[in-house]
Amino acid sequence: MPVQYYIFLSIVLFCIGVMGVLMRRNAIIIFMCVELMLNAVNLLMVAFSKMWADAGRVDAAGAQIFVFFIMVVAAAEVAVGLAIIVMVYRKSQSVDINIMNRLKN
Amino acid sequence: MGMSLQQIVFGVLSIISIISALGVILSKNPVTSVLCLIVTFFTIAGHYIMLNAQFLAVVHIIVYAGAIMVLFLFVIMLMNLNAEIEPQKRSWLKYAGAISGGALLLVLLAALREASVSSLQPGAVEIGLISNLGKTLFSTYVLPFEVSSILFLSAMVGAVVIGKKEGHES
Repeated sequence: MPVQYYIFLSIVLFCIGVMGVLMRRNAIIIFMCVELMLNAVNLLMVAFSKMWADAGRVDAAGAQIFVFFIMVVAAAEVAVGLAIIVMVYRKSQSVDINIMNRLKN
Repeated sequence: MGMSLQQIVFGVLSIISIISALGVILSKNPVTSVLCLIVTFFTIAGHYIMLNAQFLAVVHIIVYAGAIMVLFLFVIMLMNLNAEIEPQKRSWLKYAGAISGGALLLVLLAALREASVSSLQPGAVEIGLISNLGKTLFSTYVLPFEVSSILFLSAMVGAVVIGKKEGHES
């Protein structure tokens, strides 16, 4: 099975995430779309890891370790990000992303 | 040319994951979005198993479906956002977002259509097993591993400090 199938699937998932970030105004949905984009990249990296392992490279596990670290950073990011969203909601009773415009002044 | 079992499984998983990813961005109710995203994560875990990354599949389900999405669901329920109260963007902004995302999709697909990469062999490789990954993680990548523990500690402290109620002494 060609690796290109996985490349195409990852591109489609990534672009759905980009569309979600651009189209929605709910901060939580936007955050979830960022998670979707991270996962598309992870999937691509695992596919390339399998490709190099098939080619006989011994260091192909490095890609999977990298995916592991991306998951670690994503978990930390979600903890802090959701805390910020909860705080914004507590101040303004809304999760509209345009509320952040008030930070300018 | 008949399709192999691997291709059939890949096709089914891909269709489910794309449809549920579209459900994430198109549904009005945030709870439905979260549930669609959980379905997407499970299908991605299925892809990991097909790619011989068993350890990553298990970690993916535990971390994403078990921890992160529960956190999202918890916050949505806490804010009582399950009503459809999201103010809508002006429609031309929505169309602009959809068009620019679609343009990115077209450009990436066209650029990588002719990419010459090799095929995946159907046989199993042992690279994704936990013993192999553990040896790599604790020999070559032990410093990033320790740094990530500090990252977790600071994220935990940061979440607590940000989420703390203000106004007792300040």
